[in-house]
Amino acid sequence: MSDSNKPSNRRKFLTNLTQIMGGVGGIFAVIPFLSSMSPSEKAKAAGAPIEIDVSALRPGSYKVVEWRGKPVWVVRRTEEMVKNTLEDDNVLSDPKSLEEHQPIYTQNKYRSINPEFLVLVGVCTHLGCSPLYKPNAKSAELGLDWNGGFFCPCHGSKFDLSGRVHKSMPAPSNLEVPPYYFASDNKIIVGEDGEKS
Amino acid sequence: MSNKLMAWIDERLPVSNFVKNHLSQYYAPKNFNFFYYFGALAIFIFVLQIVTGIFLTINYKPDAAQAFASVEYIMRDVEWGWLIRYMHSTGASFFFVVIYLHMFRAMLYGSYKNPRELLWLFGMLIFVLLMAEAFMGYLLPWGQMSYWGAQVIISLFGAIPYVGESLALWIRGDFVISDATLNRFFAFHVIALPLLLFALIYLHLAALHTNGSNNPDGIEIKKNKDENGIPRDGIPFHPYYTVKDIFGLSVFLLIFAFVLFFMPELGGYFLEKDNFVPANPLKTPEHIVPVWYFTPFYAILRAIPDKVGGVLAMGAAIFVLFILPWIDRCSVKSIRYRGMSYKVLLTLFVISFFGLGYIGMNPATPVLTWIGRLFTLIYFGFFVALYFTSANEKTKEVPDRVTMHD
Repeated sequence: MSDSNKPSNRRKFLTNLTQIMGGVGGIFAVIPFLSSMSPSEKAKAAGAPIEIDVSALRPGSYKVVEWRGKPVWVVRRTEEMVKNTLEDDNVLSDPKSLEEHQPIYTQNKYRSINPEFLVLVGVCTHLGCSPLYKPNAKSAELGLDWNGGFFCPCHGSKFDLSGRVHKSMPAPSNLEVPPYYFASDNKIIVGEDGEKS
Repeated sequence: MSNKLMAWIDERLPVSNFVKNHLSQYYAPKNFNFFYYFGALAIFIFVLQIVTGIFLTINYKPDAAQAFASVEYIMRDVEWGWLIRYMHSTGASFFFVVIYLHMFRAMLYGSYKNPRELLWLFGMLIFVLLMAEAFMGYLLPWGQMSYWGAQVIISLFGAIPYVGESLALWIRGDFVISDATLNRFFAFHVIALPLLLFALIYLHLAALHTNGSNNPDGIEIKKNKDENGIPRDGIPFHPYYTVKDIFGLSVFLLIFAFVLFFMPELGGYFLEKDNFVPANPLKTPEHIVPVWYFTPFYAILRAIPDKVGGVLAMGAAIFVLFILPWIDRCSVKSIRYRGMSYKVLLTLFVISFFGLGYIGMNPATPVLTWIGRLFTLIYFGFFVALYFTSANEKTKEVPDRVTMHD
């Protein structure tokens, strides 16, 4: 650069190379910081299966337990509720539960292993609120054509007594059924598939 | 003596020059009106939030097990703690009042137009960061609304196809909103975002001082200078506008203090009632609504009966404001000289914004959802119609000099 302001090709090359290498190094340096924000080992370990005792659960009532920090509902359906579980495919968006929001062994009308017990993750598939349990048909709040089910107070999504979403609701899909099995008649293990399935 | 000292400093750091260039000989249009208070007020609130925030962190504990109680501790046991906390929470709401009026001013007088597009973009970035800052700050008291509000907003990211769920997981740092989430939001709220905001406010002001302020007539005062090179329609910022802004500030503080001392929760609008209940991950409150300043965008989210569509619409409602300088193709800046079409459109836009804000605060009944859809249509319709009408708008003649009403 003795006689002109233009840098030599050699200098340009070295300058560019330095910048590129610096940039690449900078990008790699970001990785530990971004990764540190992922769930920690402790948080991952907290996702172990849980055991629910349903012997004291009366027909028609439900129970909320915590699994992976989310509410899991166990509903003991009455015979009337089993009957009220919607048959009508016109009302439901995915009546046959074709989308994968449940283990394969609950892909039926009752979305359960035993129609008497419904196990659901109580988190609305829209934006994660926890819907309310509204088992009684024909309520003042939800109309005369209401057959019982779940209602999300956040954005008004409705689900039937199997947690299947009604048509044209903000929620895009049915409520999720967690993996579970009956360890005995009154004991449900949530978080694991049973051996039979 | 003081002259000598000043000369000594100036030789090492040009302080006098800076004061001249940006205050005592910085010429601003002489016809500023009421709407020109809000920039200065926004800076005041920014400083207020930083100062009150520092004193809150002295006693606050960013821990899911202790956060709620530590806020109550500040409210009950720390001397003047209630005042500092209410200043911070009231300040947050007033920040948005002031910013919305500041943005409305830009729409009235075309302040985003050439040569101030970059100024507008910096402003919009500040607005978006401010929303993030407010959202993260709202989680910190760890009340029911903190928790469920964060749940809803973070789930929005889950709507993004393919990467959404892992992105939401990465933001939360856990399978649910938990201590990990609270801790990182605290870090962002008190360090990362304030630093970014500070840098952006600096750039916003630097861009402002490059071309000078617009004014209610939308005239470039620098196009008409006297023999000394001073704009004929300009007056020095100091003392004229410093004094004007101090007057504005005192009126503002009167209103601010009234809310602060007599109605700090403002009937549930500034601090929601459910947030005085500790966060409970197993129970959603009956009516979950964000704080008032988010409700217009929230109503747009709810208006669309599709998860991804709703999130996209809400994002678009904010994004479209970024490109406003290129949507509005009218060369006349101020509404005073613009055509009827702009006046009608802007009025409809303001009505839809308030309407959406109201709907977003209320439970989603079918009727309100449909009205929300109508307002959403008007909101976006404003930008579409503006794009097509603004190019051939029937404008009035813009005068050479600013007009004064005395």
